[in-house]
Parts: sequence; structure tokens; C-alpha cells
Amino acid sequence: MKVLKKTLHRLTVCAAAAGLVLTAGCAGAGSLGSSANEVTIALVSNAQMTDAQKLSSEFEKANPGTKLKFISLSENQARAKITMSTAMGGSEFDVVMISNFETPQWAKTGWLLPLDDYMKNTPGYDENDFIPSLRDSLSYEGNMYSVPFYGESSFLMYRKDMFEKAGIKVPQTPNYQPQWTEVADWAKTIKSKGVSDAGICLRGKPGWGEVLAPLDTVINTFGGRWFDENWNAQLNSPEVSKAVNFYVNLINEAGEIGASSTGFQECANLFGQGQTAMWYDATSAVSVLEDPKTYPELQGKIGYLPAPIAEKPNSGWLYTWSLGIPKHAKNPDGAWKFISWMTSKDYMKLVGEKLGWARVPPGSRTSTYTELPEYEAISKSYGPLTLESIKNTTPNKPTVQPVPYTGVQFVGIPEFQDLGTRVSQQISAAMAGQKSVDDALKQSQEYAEVVGRSYQEK
Amino acid sequence: MTTTAEKSTEATAPAVASKKKSRKFSPWGLVAWLVGLGFFFPVFWMVLTAFKSEGDAATNPPKLFFTPTLDQFKAVFEQGIGPAMLNSIFATGISTILVLLLGVPAAFALSLRPVRKTQDGLFFFMSTKMLPIVAAILPLYVIVSNIGMLDNIWSLVILYTSMNLPIAVWMMRSFFLEVPGELLEAASLDGASLMRSVREVILPLVSPGIAATALICVIFAWNEFFFAVNLTAVNAQTMPVYLVGFIAGEGQYWAVLSAAATITALPVILCGWFAQNKLVRGLSFGAIK
Amino acid sequence: MTVTADTDAAASEEAVAERVRKIREAQDVGVSRAEGWRRRLPLLPALIFMIVVTQIPFLFTLYYSTLSWNLVRPGSRKFVGLNNYIAVAKDSQFWRVGLNTVVLIVVVVLVSAFLGLLIALLLDRAFLGRGVVRTLLITPFLITPVAAALVWKTTLLDASNGIFNWVLSLVGAGPVDWIGKFPLTMVMVVLIWQWTPFMMLLILAGLQSMPRDILEAGRVDGAGAFQLFRELTLAHLRRFIELGVVLGAIYLVNTFDAIYMMTQGGPGIASANLPFYIYQRAFLGFDMGQAAAMGVVVVIFTMIIASFALRLIFKSFTGKEEAA
Repeated sequence: MKVLKKTLHRLTVCAAAAGLVLTAGCAGAGSLGSSANEVTIALVSNAQMTDAQKLSSEFEKANPGTKLKFISLSENQARAKITMSTAMGGSEFDVVMISNFETPQWAKTGWLLPLDDYMKNTPGYDENDFIPSLRDSLSYEGNMYSVPFYGESSFLMYRKDMFEKAGIKVPQTPNYQPQWTEVADWAKTIKSKGVSDAGICLRGKPGWGEVLAPLDTVINTFGGRWFDENWNAQLNSPEVSKAVNFYVNLINEAGEIGASSTGFQECANLFGQGQTAMWYDATSAVSVLEDPKTYPELQGKIGYLPAPIAEKPNSGWLYTWSLGIPKHAKNPDGAWKFISWMTSKDYMKLVGEKLGWARVPPGSRTSTYTELPEYEAISKSYGPLTLESIKNTTPNKPTVQPVPYTGVQFVGIPEFQDLGTRVSQQISAAMAGQKSVDDALKQSQEYAEVVGRSYQEK
Repeated sequence: MTTTAEKSTEATAPAVASKKKSRKFSPWGLVAWLVGLGFFFPVFWMVLTAFKSEGDAATNPPKLFFTPTLDQFKAVFEQGIGPAMLNSIFATGISTILVLLLGVPAAFALSLRPVRKTQDGLFFFMSTKMLPIVAAILPLYVIVSNIGMLDNIWSLVILYTSMNLPIAVWMMRSFFLEVPGELLEAASLDGASLMRSVREVILPLVSPGIAATALICVIFAWNEFFFAVNLTAVNAQTMPVYLVGFIAGEGQYWAVLSAAATITALPVILCGWFAQNKLVRGLSFGAIK
Repeated sequence: MTVTADTDAAASEEAVAERVRKIREAQDVGVSRAEGWRRRLPLLPALIFMIVVTQIPFLFTLYYSTLSWNLVRPGSRKFVGLNNYIAVAKDSQFWRVGLNTVVLIVVVVLVSAFLGLLIALLLDRAFLGRGVVRTLLITPFLITPVAAALVWKTTLLDASNGIFNWVLSLVGAGPVDWIGKFPLTMVMVVLIWQWTPFMMLLILAGLQSMPRDILEAGRVDGAGAFQLFRELTLAHLRRFIELGVVLGAIYLVNTFDAIYMMTQGGPGIASANLPFYIYQRAFLGFDMGQAAAMGVVVVIFTMIIASFALRLIFKSFTGKEEAA
């Protein structure tokens, strides 16, 4: 009996050991032995990118022998990983998803490969088709360093049926841009009449790409700015204070609950489920909201208006998720093959045909709006406005008063990732009622002053 | 010597056994059941949600009855669970083996009559465990990146070994201390047949303790997230990191997330359930005789 | 060696072993160097491994802490001596976060030890299905912390569709923004949920290893139940509770998963602890020098506290070896 038990015991141990050795062969024992043409792609996990992952089998079919590996994370986490890797000159990724924030800076520091030659040698790619403001935002000294996957500005989305119920009439004048004070009134009316849980949904989640995106446009249009021409921080100036107080108060009075953990995804859910009447956010939200498969009951009920303004018109932001190749990528040619596939005109058609025309990545190519009749047909309510908004953005002159930086919803300096995150945390705390807006701005001002000083010394 | 030890366990065992066998109904028993169910509820709800459709998952009021579907599990598997699962098994398994290989001799040495500085050695081991790993993550990332070992499963193997080794040494030392002193003496003095006496006499005595230690190591290594998320990308992704990839995405994801969470947590939960007694032994550091 | 093979009582055997040990110890002085090294030899691989993997990175951390280095601003790397430490001392957020960390550890450890004690007492009696209940109870300790945090955050605590708010609505109370308004508390709740089983198992082991006859004798003598509990049970359990507290604290210092998944340290820094805050400085802020300096400060504090804690358990356990 004892012998049997012992033998059994020994057998189990051996089996386990053998099993482990087997897994050694299959486990990601590093990237040794990657004989196939592999392309490793780091993406942010928004709807449009998830779609691309779903369709990537089409790419692999058209390019036999090339294997695609994806890693997809939420925005803050993806940024952290991608920035860390690229800044350290790592070769974990062949394709990275970045934006018009990183591209000019990383082009300058030589962390990205220039793409003009690749583009020229790809017939039919038509890089001139990219919307000019986007193209410029991704270029450095005349060369493009990443190509746009989709672009966006911001606008106001609202439920036409809820507005009717609440008796709100939207002016029909051409080129009408609503005032923020008007929008606030609408939100309060809707809430007080009980038409919806929230009158408006606004982001409040910390992150320089989350709450600060809409908030910065509000700051800009109210006449505020982050730094003056001499890099003096301006975060507790009267204009900025007015803007941030307005934003926070609006949420508290007529916005969603749990604002400090509400980001793009959460507002999308709320709007999609009819728990808010308005949503000021990215033009790209239409990919989710107008998809008949996701929210069939919303079809035809969504109205669109340009980004609300105060002092400065055309206050929509300019943003593009783009794809670039880090300098030390192991497989730059394979990387470009994938990038050119994912940002090509054919890809737009592929998405339309396979997943539905509402899911076509918006706002990157002019041809999306002019050469795709199916897309034009379904995007009548938002297509032209999207294109207009993107075209009219003013990233080089985003504020009423002069500033030493570019960028509408961000400050185009490397320190902004950290500074913006810390400031956004302060403001989120104010939204959660943990401190007053003025205290939040005071602490934010201290952070900004440190950064400003390092630029003053230059 | 050994008979005495066995006898004492046997002495208490019947007492415990008789306790277990008596099936009394008592109000305290009811309270215990309520507490148990209460603690288990989040896990139950997680598994339940894994069988819902997304629409059913995020509702107000929450649904207890619904048509179950396996779609979420399908989605989790289709998104490429294979590599993540293999990586987790590999990292957990190899690091546990390494911990035993390094730790058993160390525990043995530390359990002998105190060599000068035995206390110091043990103290050193425990102090490494107390240092916040976040203090080392920065240089670790830089070093690992510079030697090209980012996104390589071996980086995780080494780090998990260092993570579990201190506790393992401490645990196993206490099991070695249970072994009557003379046996240890005889083993260490008996030069030529040291290995034999260790293997044939001592190891069988402490093997339950070693198994308990291995179980603890497996639990902590499998569930580890911080190193995995920072030092891996695609190739060396472990299950916890794979799980996190389901959060993002559009709209509602609670159901598929629950499915991924269930699959991630299941192996260790099952291990812990079936080896409960070893777990208890291990955790009490050989205090149970 | 004067061991008699017929002795049965454990006590006299142990006494013999003790004598042997003491003899050997006395002989230690005369032991050859080679012998000393041979005894230490099995320890070396593990020791060297730990030194290489943990101490070398820490030396690097020390070095980085003297630099001003922002990863995304190449060319900004320069030696600044102790400036980073001064900045850390002045950073009110760092101290606030440090306070969060201490609160988190102390509350979670104490509450889970207390709850663990209560539940262990419950489980110490026999009742129908005790094994099943114990199995149910240990599950929170086994579940992957990231998975647990996510399940709590979404299905239980969500402001709109979570179970907690649904239960509240049944009694007419309004929806509560759990994670927004009580971030640190919620993180602590999840941690307590996970660590109570651990404490319970330890204490249960202690309870079940306690000789019952003493309790019987006490009861016969007329001592009250509570007095019995306090003077006998608790005294016996003290060792186990201390062990649980120290071990729990060791692991809780590094809490990261729950905060990362549930609150990302927010709102603001309300629920950030030191590991998370330092992680943010390094991986989101790319300020390597600051992050390193913070890491060193945390290590220094931990070591001070740890040396007290370790002495406590060692005293407790070596005391056991000699007394047994």
C-alpha cells in the first residue's frame, strides 16, 4: 500500500514536471523563435480599434505568413505602456497607437520612424486625402510621423424626443453654436421636468485625456489658458476659475451621479440607455450611438450641435488616434503593411460592409465623407457637422489670449501627461465633493508653476 | 520519536473527528451558514453574471433569473486565451519549483542548531519580503528593458521566485523544526550519506509541509498582477493581465468580464478547495501538531 | 548522544533534543571553519538569489533618486543630489497618501483579524455542513485580487446597476456613489473581505490546537465563560493573531491591484496608497527621480516598522520552541 502510494505520488510529480516542460515550449518564452513574420500592435481599446481587431483576419488572409499580435488596453493604461516602451527605446511593439499629442514631440526626439517614404511607396494610399488639420498635427518639419486612424472634434449630442417633451426649442439658424449658459439651462429644465435622470453627461474621470478634454475646451472658450506667453501658470486666474466652477456646478446640478468615475465609455452607456438627455463629447461617439445593432431604439432620435461656446467660437477640440512605428521596432516593414491596411480607403469600405456603415472610423479622410454613398446616407445628421468641426479647429491658436503652446484640449509639452493627470485628479476630487473647486485649482496651480518654471529657465 | 508525534495527532484527531461527525443543528450553525454564504456571495454573483448576456448583466434591478448563455465564455476563449493560460501555468509552476529547490536547503540549514547569524539570515529573508516592491519596479523595468527581457516570461519566473522565497523559507523552516533534533543532527553529521538520509528520512516527514508551502506559492504567483502588467506586453501576458483586457471596449462588458474573471480565478480556487487542509497546515506554520 | 528509545512523553524527548542542541552550540566555538561553511552552504543559493534580485534593484533606486530625470524629456537627466528628497518632503500629497497607506493597513488588518476571530469561534463548534461553510469562507482569499476588485466595482458597487444600491432601494434609500464618495473605504472593504478568511484559518488552527481539558477544568472551577475566553483562549490564540497581523501587514503594504482596478487612486488622491502613487509618478508621470526618491523614503519607513514587527514574531515563535 505504502509502495503504491509512493509510486502514485512519484508519477504525479513526474507528470506535472513533464507538463511544465511542454508548456515551456508553447509559453511565451520571450520572443525567441518568432520565425513567422510577426507584427505586434499596441492599441487603445475604443470601439473602432476593437473593430479593427475583429477584422484583422482579413489582413492576415491578404498577407499570408504575417501574424498579428494585439494588445489592447484602456486609454490611460495604453498610453503609459506605449510611452514607457517608446521612451526607453524598447522593441516590444512594432505598431503603436498614439495621437497628435505625442507625435510632434516624439518626432522631435527621434523616437518614431518618418513615414513619408513608406506612404509614397504604397500605391493608392493617397495621403493627401487626410483632413489637412489632422495631417498638420501629425507632422514635424514637413514629414508625417504617424497616420490618423480616426479623427475627432467635439460636439453636443442631444435626444430630440426628450427636448420635445421638455418643451425646448433649438434655434435653426445656420452655423448656430449654442452658448454654454443656454446648454446649462436646457439641462436644468430637463432635470426639473423629470424627463431624464440627468440633463447632460460630462466627463469627470481623472486623466488628461478624459475629463480634461472637454474641460479644456470650456476653459478655452471662457477665455482661460494654462500658461501665459511667459510660461506663468494661469490655473487660478478668474477666467479658468469661472470655467471650472461652471463645469463642476453644471454636473452637480443637472449632470450624472458618480461624475468622478465617468469617462467616455460611461457617458456613452448612459446616453445609449436613455439615462441622460445631452452629451458633450467626441464626434467619434457616433460610431457607437448610431450603430443600429447596438442601440436600435436611438436611430433618428439624436440631434447634433456644434461645441458650445462662450467667448471664443469654434471651440471643438482636435484629436486623432494615429498609428506610428517606434524607432527600434523589430519589424518596421510589416508594421507599415498593417498600418497602411488599417488606415486605407479600402478599410473604410471593409468596416462598412462587414460591421455596418455607422462604424466606419470617422474624421480621418475627406473621402469618407465624399466618396462613400452608403456612409453619406446614414450620416446625414452628423457627417457634415463632424467634418466642419474638425476643419474649423484652431490648435495653433486655441485660446482667446496668446499662449506659448499648441493644442486645444491639451498643452503640447511632454510634462503635460503628468501635469494634466495631476490637475485632472484635483478636479475630479472637487467633483466628488472632496474639496472645493478653488482648492483644487490652487493645488493645480502649484503643479503648473513647477512645470512653467522649467520652461522659463530654458 | 516519530511515533510520539503521530500518536499525539491521532489523539486529537478522534476528538476533532467526533466533532465533525456530530450533526447538531444549532442556531450558531445557522449564523455560520449565513456568514459563509455572505462571504461567498460576490463569487457566486461573478459566476452567475458570466452566464448572462450583456443586456441582462447590467440591469436595475439585478436579475437572478434569466436565460443562461455560454456566449461570454466563448468570447473569452476566442480572444486568444491560450498563450495567457500557458504563461500563467509556466510562470507559476516553474517559480514554485525554483522556490522549493532554493528554499528547502535554505530552510534546512536555518533549522539546524543555530549557526552564528542564523537569526540574521532569517531576518534578512523576511525583510526582503517587507520591502515595498514598488520601490524596485522602476530600476527593474529599466534593467529588464535594457537586457531585452521585457515581455519575456522568464522575467516573471525570476521575480515570482524572489517574491515567494522568503515566506516559503520561513514556512518550511518551521516544518523542519518539527523534525526531532537528533534526526537533523544525524543527517548533517553523516557526511557521506547526507543526501540519502535527507531524502529517505527527513523529506517524507516534512513533505506535507512542503506541499503546503507549494500551495501558498502557487496561490500568490498565479494571482500576481503588478509585475505582470508592467513587465509584459503581448508574449508573456498572464491570466490576470489578460483578464484586464476585457474591461475596455465599448458599452457593456460586465458579463464577458465576469466570464474572464471566473476562468482566471477558477484554477486556484479549485486547488485551494481540494487542498484545504494543507492550506490550513501551511498557514499555521506547523503550529498544529 | 544519550537518547533512550523507549521514552514516550514528548516533553522529555524535546528536553533531550534541547540538551543536544545546547551541547552542540557550546561546541560551536571549536567547530572548524570548513564545517561552518558546510552548514551554511545549503543556505547560499537562496541567499545569493535574493540578494541579486532584490538588493541590486534597490541600489539602482538609490542612484536614480539622486537624479532629476523625466523619461519623456530626453537630455533632462542630471545629478541633483538630495533635491528629490526635499521635493518629496514638501509634497503634501505624498504625506496624505502615506497616511492613507497606514490607515489602510491598520484598519484592514485589525478588522479582518477581529472578524476572523469571530468567524473562527463560530466554526469551532460542530454543526451541519461545517466543512462546506469553511470551503465557502476561504474562497475570497483564493480569488485573484484583480478579478475580485473588478467584480466588486462593477456588479456590486456600481452607482446605477450595482447590487448594493439595489438593496438600498428596497428600503427606500437613495443611490449612493460608493466608489466616488467612499473610495478608500470601499477598497478597504474589498481587502477585508479577502483577508478575513486568512485570519480565520489561522485562528481556527489555533483554536483547534488548544487543549480542551484546561477549559473544562476552568469551567468546573466555576470561571465564567467570558473569563475563560479572555484568560485561556485568547492567551493561547495570541500567537496566531500576532502572526496573522504581521503577515497580513506585510502583504498589505504592497496593495496595488484593488486600487488600480477600482479607483485608480481617485478621486484626486483620496484612495491612493504609496505603491499606487509611486507607480503613477513613474509610469504615468515618467518622473523617475521623484518616484525613486519616494520609493527610498517608503523603504526606510517600512524597515523601521518592520524591525519592530519581526522582533515581535520571532520572540513569540522562538519562545514557543523553547517552551514546547
